[in-house]
Amino acid sequence: MNKTWLIIKREFSTRVRKKSFILMTVLGPILSSALFILPAYLASLPEDERTVVILDEPTLLDFDKGKESLKFKYLPPQEFDLELAKEFFLENEDYAFLYIPLSDSGDPDLMGKNIMLFAKGDVSIGVENYIQSRVEKYVQREKLKAEGVDPGIIARTKGKIKIRTLNINEGNETESMAPIKMGIGYACGFMIYLFVFLYGAQVMRGVIEEKTSRIVEIMISSVKPIQLMAGKIFGLAAVALTQVIIWIGFGGLFYFIAMQFFMGDKLDAAQIAASKGIETNDAAFEVFNIIGSINFPYILTCFVFFFLFGYLLYAAMFAAIGSAVDKESDTQQFMLPVSLPLIAAIVVLIRALDQPDGSLAFWFSMIPFTSPIVMMARVPFNVPLWELLLSMSILVITFLVITGMAARIYRTGILMYGKKPKLVELLKWLKHK
Amino acid sequence: MSLLSVKGVSKFYEDHTALNNLNLEVKQGATFGLLGPNGAGKTSLIRIINQITGPDKGEILLNGERLKPEHIGQIGYLPEERGLYPKMKVGEQLLYLAQLKNLSKAEAKKRVREWLIRFEADSWWDKNIEELSKGMAQKVQFIATVIHQPELLILDEPFTGFDPINANLIKSEILRLRDEGATIIFSTHRMESVEEICDDIVLMNQGEKILEGELQQIKKDNKSGIILAQIENTPKIEKIQSGEIISQEIQNHNLCLRLKAKGNTNAVAQELLQLGTLLSFTEETPSLNEIFIQKIQA
Repeated sequence: MNKTWLIIKREFSTRVRKKSFILMTVLGPILSSALFILPAYLASLPEDERTVVILDEPTLLDFDKGKESLKFKYLPPQEFDLELAKEFFLENEDYAFLYIPLSDSGDPDLMGKNIMLFAKGDVSIGVENYIQSRVEKYVQREKLKAEGVDPGIIARTKGKIKIRTLNINEGNETESMAPIKMGIGYACGFMIYLFVFLYGAQVMRGVIEEKTSRIVEIMISSVKPIQLMAGKIFGLAAVALTQVIIWIGFGGLFYFIAMQFFMGDKLDAAQIAASKGIETNDAAFEVFNIIGSINFPYILTCFVFFFLFGYLLYAAMFAAIGSAVDKESDTQQFMLPVSLPLIAAIVVLIRALDQPDGSLAFWFSMIPFTSPIVMMARVPFNVPLWELLLSMSILVITFLVITGMAARIYRTGILMYGKKPKLVELLKWLKHK
Repeated sequence: MSLLSVKGVSKFYEDHTALNNLNLEVKQGATFGLLGPNGAGKTSLIRIINQITGPDKGEILLNGERLKPEHIGQIGYLPEERGLYPKMKVGEQLLYLAQLKNLSKAEAKKRVREWLIRFEADSWWDKNIEELSKGMAQKVQFIATVIHQPELLILDEPFTGFDPINANLIKSEILRLRDEGATIIFSTHRMESVEEICDDIVLMNQGEKILEGELQQIKKDNKSGIILAQIENTPKIEKIQSGEIISQEIQNHNLCLRLKAKGNTNAVAQELLQLGTLLSFTEETPSLNEIFIQKIQA
């Protein structure tokens, strides 16, 4: 045990001193927040402004102005016919040309059916859908008019909808926090996935390094192979945990700063309002309020557990793979069976966030090779305790069994040089004395 | 008294037998040669002694005790496949390996310094292994093997990979350790490399012992009876009475003879003396290589 501790210490201290570790620890949160924020930011950017030229002979659209990103420009029907309008469109820079012809009968349905949209290239689906919905709206209005309905009534009967979802499961009625819980579940699951791959691969690379630098036989003449393997796996676990804790610390700090500086005034106001029983309507405040009511110690405990055991389970397998080969390029055939469940887990994670109580989420949160990731999607949504404990127990038992097997493969593998073994041979090594 | 006793040890792999009921004794303080071609089972045996693998049958005793994990601190092992962590500093690396051999940190530090000074390498402490020349790394490797003052030192193909200067340095260090009381096992397929330093040897082939004993006695027992003689300023001769000429040639006007005595070698000497001045007269001793090949063929 003492020697295992020495090995853990060496693995930890040589790795946290590396520039790559320091760089990753600092850049990690920046890069990953960029990964989440950038698409949202890009989506929020104003779209390019486009103009559609319209020749609306029956004035069906009632000179609708379109929207900010898609402006409607009308040609006077007295001066233009279809051919002239087309020419005009071709000479100008406008995006598309919409032609609404007169219908002899004045039937709005016929008008709707004869509409033509011209463009110099392909029209984007968004633009086409928008125009279609506008036209539909005006056709409907015309038809209602024809049925004798007053346009004023139509305008007055339009309503705005906002659904407020409440969770009555948690004792008292609370604002539902599904989106935020989903975010937390996704972040936790994804982090475990990332770290299992990142650090699992590091364990594997470390084992291969010891083999190729030929230190391994010197090492195992001083310590048992299982101590060497365990030392490496736990040493890297300590490195991974250090990194995660630093990240969580950073996250907490940013949250705190954000609260103080950006929300300070609003929070004060909201608190006063709340104490007077006045409902506030501020969305940002709501988010902060919800975050405040989430049981973080519970989620964090589950996260550390699944993070650790998920990593340990896979690290043992990665160590066995590393021991079986001489160089990293030989690992591919073994990597596939190990990576598949991980990839399946990240796919199921998305579904599980949507339906945390579904049978897909249930089963994948029981299978130990996917449970660390999938269960984290369910944890924020109050998983029944027995399910959580069952999943944890299965994971721990599988970890012990797999590690025992991995240690046997490792013990034989580290002394094998030359030919790349087949999977079947690896299984034979399990029987070696 | 035996330091190491190998009793009926067998080791099987799927498709071959690495060791087959092997018995051998290594005396306390001996320099012991474990010889044989590649694949003879030497490394398999050494790995069992180092508790890297276990025997399928039989047992090994160190100082009369069955091998156990605590014995690791008494054995120093230089494997054939050897290396160091390339990105670790010399001092750190040696401290680490010494501590893994049960030395305390303070004791390890003291000894590492002593050894580095002995090898005129005291300025290397903060150098990365990968910055060292091959020769320097080899010295560090040797220090790592002996830092814990092992009672039993096992060197697997020790001189391959060492340049001649380092090989000599290492050889003299090994002899010094022997004089201080360490027992040394040399394992090699290059038998000529250990002829001058081994007291006892075992010849192995295909997992079995084919010859063992004191090196000098083995050489005596395997004398061929072939005489090499050189006679000054003498032309080739047709035959002699007391022996059978195997080959002859003239080198610098001297006659060089290779012959086999029919009876007493003294008779041969007397007959040759009559031909001219006898410059040399020796009995050809077979090399270990030749003895080995003879034994295999027999």
